[in-house]
Parts: sequence; C-alpha cells; structure tokens
Amino acid sequence: MSAAFDPRRMRAMLAKEFTQIARDPSTLLIAFVLPILLIFLFGYGVNLDTARTSIALSRQDDGEAARSLAGAFQQSRWFDVREVGTIGSLKTALIAGKVRGIVVIPDGFSRAAAAGGGDIQVITDGSMPNSAGFVSGYADGVRATWAAGRAAERGERPRGGPAIDVDNRYWFNPALASRYFLVPGAIAIVMTMIGSLLTALVIAREWERGTMEAIMATPIGMGEFMISKVIPYFVLGIGSMTVCTVLAIGVFGVPLRGSPLALLAIASAFLVPALGLGLLISAATKNQFVASQIALLTAFLPGLLLSGFLFEIGSMPGWVQAITYLVPARYLIPPLETVFVAGDNWRLFLPNIGALLGFGAVFFTLAIRVNRRRIA
Amino acid sequence: MSDAVATAHGIVKRFAKDGAPALDDVAIIITPGRMTGLVGPDGAGKTTLIRILAGLIVPDQGETAILGRSATTADRSMIGYMPQRFGLYEDLTVIQNLKLYADLRGLPADERQAGFDKLLDFTDLKRFQDRLAGKLSGGMKQKLGVACALVRTPKLLLLDEPSVGVDPVSRRELWAMVKELAGEQVAVLWSTSYLDEAEQCDTVLLLNEGKCLYSGPPAALTDTVKDRIVRVFVPEDGRRVALRKALDMKSVEDGVVQGASVRLMLRDDAGQPSASQLGMPDGAEVRSARPRFEDAFIDLLGGGPPGSSALARDYREIPANDRPAIEAKGLTKRFGDFTAAEDISFSVGRGQVFGLLGPNGAGKSTTFKMLCGLLTPSGGSGSVAGFDLRKAKADARQSLGYMAQKFSLYGDLSVQQNLNFFAGAYGLVGPDARAAIERVTEVFHLDKYRNDNAGGIPLGYKQRLALACAVMHQPPVLFLDEPTSGVDPIVRREFWTHINGLVERSVTVLVTTHFMEEAEYCDRVTLIYRARQIATGTPDELKAKAGKDDATMEDAFIALIKASQDDTARKAA
Repeated sequence: MSAAFDPRRMRAMLAKEFTQIARDPSTLLIAFVLPILLIFLFGYGVNLDTARTSIALSRQDDGEAARSLAGAFQQSRWFDVREVGTIGSLKTALIAGKVRGIVVIPDGFSRAAAAGGGDIQVITDGSMPNSAGFVSGYADGVRATWAAGRAAERGERPRGGPAIDVDNRYWFNPALASRYFLVPGAIAIVMTMIGSLLTALVIAREWERGTMEAIMATPIGMGEFMISKVIPYFVLGIGSMTVCTVLAIGVFGVPLRGSPLALLAIASAFLVPALGLGLLISAATKNQFVASQIALLTAFLPGLLLSGFLFEIGSMPGWVQAITYLVPARYLIPPLETVFVAGDNWRLFLPNIGALLGFGAVFFTLAIRVNRRRIA
Repeated sequence: MSDAVATAHGIVKRFAKDGAPALDDVAIIITPGRMTGLVGPDGAGKTTLIRILAGLIVPDQGETAILGRSATTADRSMIGYMPQRFGLYEDLTVIQNLKLYADLRGLPADERQAGFDKLLDFTDLKRFQDRLAGKLSGGMKQKLGVACALVRTPKLLLLDEPSVGVDPVSRRELWAMVKELAGEQVAVLWSTSYLDEAEQCDTVLLLNEGKCLYSGPPAALTDTVKDRIVRVFVPEDGRRVALRKALDMKSVEDGVVQGASVRLMLRDDAGQPSASQLGMPDGAEVRSARPRFEDAFIDLLGGGPPGSSALARDYREIPANDRPAIEAKGLTKRFGDFTAAEDISFSVGRGQVFGLLGPNGAGKSTTFKMLCGLLTPSGGSGSVAGFDLRKAKADARQSLGYMAQKFSLYGDLSVQQNLNFFAGAYGLVGPDARAAIERVTEVFHLDKYRNDNAGGIPLGYKQRLALACAVMHQPPVLFLDEPTSGVDPIVRREFWTHINGLVERSVTVLVTTHFMEEAEYCDRVTLIYRARQIATGTPDELKAKAGKDDATMEDAFIALIKASQDDTARKAA
C-alpha cells in the first residue's frame, strides 16, 4: 500500500473517469437528459393544483335561487360541469370515473335560500380521497361565495354567515403553483440519482469487470481511488442541478429569489452524503444489480417520500416523522425551497448544511472502513 | 533460494468457516528470470494464491514475503498483476489503458515513450492504439493486459490464466512475448489450467483442491511415468471398444483416444504387455510413447476411471436411420455487419462424434445454437435427427440433449430440483421421470449432493449434473458445448468414457471445444477460425497437414491457420 498521496496517480484516475463518463451514454442520460425530463414532467405533467375538476350537477329545484346557484357552478373556474340530470343517471358517471363528484341542489332549496339557509348535497368518490376533499371543499366555497354575492346584492350580510372573515394570503407562492416546490424536488431527485445511484453503479461495475482487482494491485491508495470517483460525480451533480435550475427559471418562470451562491452551497452540501452513500453501497455490494436496488431503497425512495418534497412531514405520523430525521434529503428540501421562492436565509441554511455535512462524514467514514484493498 | 522475489509458506485460506479450505498448507518460491507455472484445474486454488501474493486476500495462516515485505505492504510499483479478464477498461483506448497503468505504477516520464513503443511493437498493437480496448479480439486483449502489467518493468509478474480461451497462435505468441519481455530480471508466475503449458515452465506448482501435489521442474514429474506410456494402433472403428476394454484391465491406469490409436498409461508393475494382454485385437501394434505432464498428474491422482460407462449400459440402442443424424448446409449467421459464422457445412452420420474446434469467438457456439434452433440462420439450412430446423424446431430440439457452455443449471435450485426440472422440460413425467432421475443420480454419484444447491457443488459435479440433465430423456443426438472446460483430467476422462459408451449405442455427438486434445476423441473435426471453416477431416488427417512427425492437434491448427491466412493474402494480392 502506498502511504503518500500522489498527484500524478490522482490525475491519471481523474482523466480516466472523465473519459469514461464522456463515453458512457447511460451516465450522460442520467446526468443531463433525466433532469430535463423531470423538469418538464413536473412542469407540465405532474401538477398538484386543482384546476377544473369534472363534476355532475343534479338540480331538483326549479326556483330562481337554485338556477342561480347552478349557474354559479357552471361559471366556476374550479369546476367543469360535465353532466346534468337526475342522481340516478349521474351515479353511473361517478362510478365510471367520468366525474369526481355530484353536486345536488335539492328540492326546496330556493325556499330555504329565501329564508337565509339552503343546503346542498355533495356526493364524492371516497376511493379518491384527494379529489373528494377538493370537490366537497370547493363546492362549499362556491355555495358560500354565491350566497355572499346574493346577500351583497340585497345589501345585507348573510344571516348565519361568518362574522369574522378569514382572508388567506399565501406568501412567496401566492398562486400556490406546485411547480414552485416541485422544481427543488426534481433537483433533489437528480442529485440523489447521480450522487448515490450512479456512483454506486460505476464502482460496482469496476468490481464486476475485474478492473478493480487490477487497480488495487497497483500502488494507488484507496483514498486516491475514492477521491477520483467523488470529484467527477460531484461535478456532474452540480452540472445537472444547474441544468434543472436554468430550465425551471427559463421555461417555467420559477423564481430564484435567493443567490446562486446559496443554491450552490446547499446543493454541494447535499452531494456530500449522497456521494458518501453511493461509495458505501458499492463497496459493500460489489454488484451492479444489488447496488442499484439498495440505492433505490436507501437513497431514492426516502428522498422522494420522506423528505417533505411530496408529502408534508408535519402531517406524517409521529414515528414516521422521527424516521425522516435520518433522511439527508430532509435537510435539503427546506433550504432549497427557501432559496428558490423566498430568498437567502442563512439562519435556515446553515443548520441544514451542517446536518448534511454530518451525514456525509458518517457515510464517508463507513465507506473508507468497508472499502479496503481486499477481495475476500 | 536466497534470491527469491516472492515466497509464501504454510498458506491456508478458508472462505466458508466449515467448508473445505481453498488453500491448504501451500508454499511457493518465485525466482527471477524463470517461468513458474501455477497449474491445476478450475477451483484448485490458483486464483486465491495469486491474489494472496498480490496482497488482495489475507491468508488465514502462513507467511508471505514479496520483495522483502509481507504481501499487503509490498511495494506495488514493482509488481505487475494481470487478473482474469485482464483488468482492462473497455471504454478506454489501447493507449489510454497503457497510460493509466503507467501513471498508477509511477513509470518515470522520460521512460514513457520508449516503453510504450516497445510494448506496442511487441504486442503488434501499434496500429490499434486508438481503438477501444473493448473492440479488440480476445487475443489482443490478452496481450494488452500483459502489456499493462509490464508497463513499468516489474520485479514480480503475476499472470492469472493469461492464455485461457484464445487460439493456439495467440497463446504461443503471448508465451514468447512474456519470456522475451520478462528476460532475466523478472520473476514470472503464470497460472494455467492447460497441462501442456505446464511442461514449458521452468518450475511448476501443481495444485488440486487446494493442496499442493507437486512442486519442482515439470520434467522431473513427467519422468515418473516414463516407459509406462504406450500407443496401440487398432482399426479405426475399434478404438472406442479397445479403450473401454483396456481401461477395464488391472494393468492399465489411464487411457485416451488419440486419433486412430489408443494411448494408454500402464501401471508401475505392468511391464511391457503384448496387444492381446491389453485386450486388443490380434495384430494391433503396440508402440511406446513420450510421457506428458498430464499423465504424471493423473498418476498422482491415482489413475483414471474404469472404461465401462454405467450410463451407456442402461441407455437405449438408437435405431438405424438412413439419413445423417446432423446436417449443416451453408449455415451463415450475421449480426448487423458482423459475420459470426459463414457458410458452415458438414454432415454427421449416426453413431459418430463430430468436433467443432476453434478459439473463443470463432463462431462455434453460433453454429451450435443455429443447429439447436436457438438462433435463426441468416442463410443456409440444417437438420437434426431428420428434422428440418426451420420447419420442425420443436421436434428437432426434443430429439437432442443439449449441454450448454458453463453448465446451464439453476444455481439456486438443488441438484434434485434441477433434475426434476430438466426431466419435465424434456417431457418425462411420472414413473418415467422418477426412474430416469434415479438412474442418472446413481450413475453420476449425485446422491451426496442431492439436496445441495447446484451453484455450490464442486465443478466436477456440476459438469456431471449438466450431462445428467442432458441425457435423462435418452436422446439420439447430443450437443455438448465446451463440455469439459476447466475440469480436472480425471473428470474429463470420466466424461469421455460416458460419451464413448453412448456412441457405442449409436448416439450421435456434436461437441465444441477449444482444447485441442479433446478433439482427438472425435471421428471427424472441423476447424473454425474467424467464422469460417478452414479444414475438415479426421484428427489424424489434420495432424498430417502440420508437416511434422508426432504433431499435436495444436500444431495442426497453427499450420492450418497460417495456410488459410496465406491463402487469404494471395487472394487479396
């Protein structure tokens, strides 16, 4: 084993690694095509906003108020009223999934409305809880707005209406556009793929092809070997993060309210544990198939599900919340979202960066311990 | 020896706590300027020993001293190591591979250009220096692998099976190259499972199942069986019967078919028996022959197996049929612009052994797969047991037993489960299946491994199990793809005893091999080189073309390759 660090060996290994990256279409695919794909997917395809949900309307009252409310539903920007008819005929549409809910304006509604009341019935498909929630919530909203409008026309406050009005204002993301927080998520996914999955795969590939054995029999130090793997994939990770950011800003108009420097610092800090985990996985498995499975289970899925990117951590059960503290991506999402939609807030960034570097230290220490110059 | 570059003593290594040791009390001394051969069948422990010397595996017991230090702390810049599969980066070019290893080994900058030039000249890779290593032929990869190990002249050169699978021409070139480049200063350890290569080494360490059987000059071991080797010339169609009878005699320790003759090793006390004492027909000529390293190895292992095959005893007699059992007419396979097999034609009669001989990548397996109906030919036609490949694939397949390269067993199923599966796959059910399984289990002594996973049993037993799976349904035609690659010579003998026995039952056998010696068992052989048939004939006819007495199949192959290259060159000119 060679104790001294040798810059020449290091350079040779780095040159080799970059040449291989440039010649490997799958690496370039993950580093540059995947981010573009993800950004477009999240920008256009995956949209967690509720825009125009299909519903059906059953009006059982002929009075003026009932017709007016039905008109309000037809006009609503939240709903697309697909069918009108009796409940019996609309039921099949709901079962077939053509509509997400049925709004029923019952017989006697106009009379009740004139008396200041008037309930409507909302039938939703409980097998799709998200849509069901949206439909019932927004249907209530439409009815309330309609009632308030009628009252205003008559110049009076609606009886039984709220004495205190809540006026919601969403800071930083006033339109609540989900792509604002999907973009940081996409960056997290791409960096996880490159840092953990790709790194794990390339080292496992060296084991499988027998080149690892030949390399280990040369004077190269294991430190040199690991650095030669870390640097190229770090560069690649930052590169594809940049691709994501530029696309998000340029094509989808996502704001970058913080400084690029802060973004770079946060992304760099995240790549440390991601790369460390990749090295650890490959050193422990030495097999591309197993390495990719483990990388998916330990890096990709937790990054997607437990980082607060798709599901809010605050609304998870307590024990799941406890687990999220062990997921490095959890410390990436909040500062990343902040740097995009709010601005620089180093009091938030620094503890998260610290946590990420801490994870990185643990993973690297383990990787160095496992990745000995031994075959068996 | 005081000038030894590398020594190891009392090496013991176990990979599984309660399993047999991979190495059991092995010692080796490697001195400069000499070729030290590390010889043994697959699984003997060769790679483990080399990795221990390279400091990549720490032995459980024993001492190593490499250039004055233990293997794990030795000066690695002075060790050249080529692992199996050569350790090349296939997505780097020839010159990039060389440069990488030069930098990693710390070759001084001013020696670089001269060193590269010399290596590229020697390996004849100068023309290809900007080609990706992955695009080189097998022989060229091996040369590049050795060049990378030699890029900074080491004191110790460790080569793990450098010559496996390449054509004999490349093998000889590689050997000459290593001898020349290593010269007087370098200590070379050359591991191989080819016993004929061992004879050329200055000193050998013979390993079998982790134990050292012999250590010293190969000639000294070969001498232990001198005067005990005879060749008996019998009428050609009688050689298989003659071998069976001879091997069943007490005075005969081992024997093989060698072309038209039978080559026998006699027991120490057998004296010089006459043809009739060996069970040979009257008038058979007995001549003494030169001993080989392999004879001595078999002698150390206590002799070869008896001549009668229990498998053949219970096998059905294949009924006569006037059509050839296997026929290939102009079989051609192209993958894109690459031709893997071109215009392959031959015909094999019932009860014959036909060999496809050639190096890895020559097109043997491609031809084979076309005849099995696993690949659709780009051109030409073929038939097996009278069934046309294009029209009656399923019938053709049902009438053959196929033993694939690397033994296509399910490694995570037990031996019994593999047998059950293959019995079912070949259409055996109920009592027939049970009887067939019991029969092969007994014949191949698989009982003790019945419930073990096939992936974990010794190589010799895997080979037996693979043959068992292929013959359970008693097919009239057997396809054997590299059937004895890497197994020890005893297992190979036993295998051919079964095959010879089946041929006596009129089974037709098509076999591919890159072992030239194995070709001697065939009635006829075709040599395939770079997708083309370069010669077809009986082993003796081909050997006669080598133009020298006592030529081996390898000599014949080399001569025929040269002739075909000259021919191509003439046509091009």
